Amino acid sequence: MAIEVRIPTILRTYTDGAKQVEGHGSTLGELLIDLDRKHGGLRERLVDDGGLRRFVNVYLNDEDVRFLAGLDTPVKDGDTVTVLPAVAGGGM
Amino acid sequence: MRYENLLDSLGHTPLVGLPRLSPSDDVRLWAKLEDRNPTGSVKDRAAFFMVAQAEKEGLLSPGATIIEPTSGNTGISLAMVAKLRGYRLIVVMPENTSEERRQLLRMYGAEIIGSPAAGGSNEAVRVAKRIAAEHPDWVMLYQYGNEANARAHYETTGPEILNDLPEITHFVAGLGTTGTLMGAGRYLREHKPGVKIVAAEPRYGELVYGLRNVDEGFVPELYDPTVLTTRFSVSSADALRRTRELIAAEGIFAGISAGAALHAGLAMAAKAVTEQEQADIVVLIADGGWKYLSTGAYDGTLDEAEDRLEGQLWA
Repeated sequence: MAIEVRIPTILRTYTDGAKQVEGHGSTLGELLIDLDRKHGGLRERLVDDGGLRRFVNVYLNDEDVRFLAGLDTPVKDGDTVTVLPAVAGGGM
Repeated sequence: MRYENLLDSLGHTPLVGLPRLSPSDDVRLWAKLEDRNPTGSVKDRAAFFMVAQAEKEGLLSPGATIIEPTSGNTGISLAMVAKLRGYRLIVVMPENTSEERRQLLRMYGAEIIGSPAAGGSNEAVRVAKRIAAEHPDWVMLYQYGNEANARAHYETTGPEILNDLPEITHFVAGLGTTGTLMGAGRYLREHKPGVKIVAAEPRYGELVYGLRNVDEGFVPELYDPTVLTTRFSVSSADALRRTRELIAAEGIFAGISAGAALHAGLAMAAKAVTEQEQADIVVLIADGGWKYLSTGAYDGTLDEAEDRLEGQLWA
């Protein structure tokens, strides 16, 4: 078992085109560090000094991690993490 | 009920119980039926308030031109208000929005400028801003940053809900411009301590996000995350499934974003049941299903409907 991470099209240059990759860790922050070992450069596109980048949204099992504990959000095997760029969608 | 004109009939929409979708007598779901507005969507509230505010500020004189980026409902609402108030309206909308919306807009006399489907609403916003800059005399109400959008819900939607359901514990609505959640959410938080404000954000197919660089994303200026308790990303598949459940279980023919809100509402309901808490959860039904018929959302199996919806903006 591992944590499944869905990658948006724009970042698949870091995952050899893979739509989803797997990683390990006990928090989201650890998971991203683990992913960066296999997919160098990916983490830097998602995280800066202040935490998650402004236009990056990360969801743990569909819930926005900014409303959980951000990079400190606990993750476990079987979870699904979805990364998406922020768009002006919906409610129009 | 009698009104002097169509605009006066805005709001005061029904709040109806969802007894078949509610898990128990202690955990109940309610639907705020915003399709019962003059043009059939929640956007009538924001459109009316934004135009009224611009008039108050002297930005709009008779015959003035309004330009706005919108994938549909706001455009239709603005077209109605503009028609009744004597303004010309130009809407900038992505090419992957439904034909019904285009017909409605044209019928109301609005002009449509298409923006590339790839890039979705972000692109429409960019195009509209560029055109507005070229025409300084045109007025862009800009729903994403216009405080009157959120204020419409602070002054009307929020009070209506609290008046009808003083025991409310959760308010769930779709997240787009964020106006509904910011306005109604703020009002409810101020008047009902402990109330949870939950956003259901549509998660589209890859085409919509495909070309977006993560460095040039978009967050509406109105958005204040401190108003929200949490925020869910709802896939097209889940939104569609719940939209159909609304018809099957409760007889409500709603648009797809309502299904997304219901999905998040049911997640909160399940949580309340697990934690043995009492809950009264209001789910905002932003519009009816009529404008989405051509998307095939209501036809055939869910898988077929999901395939047809790929690449379309459904909220």
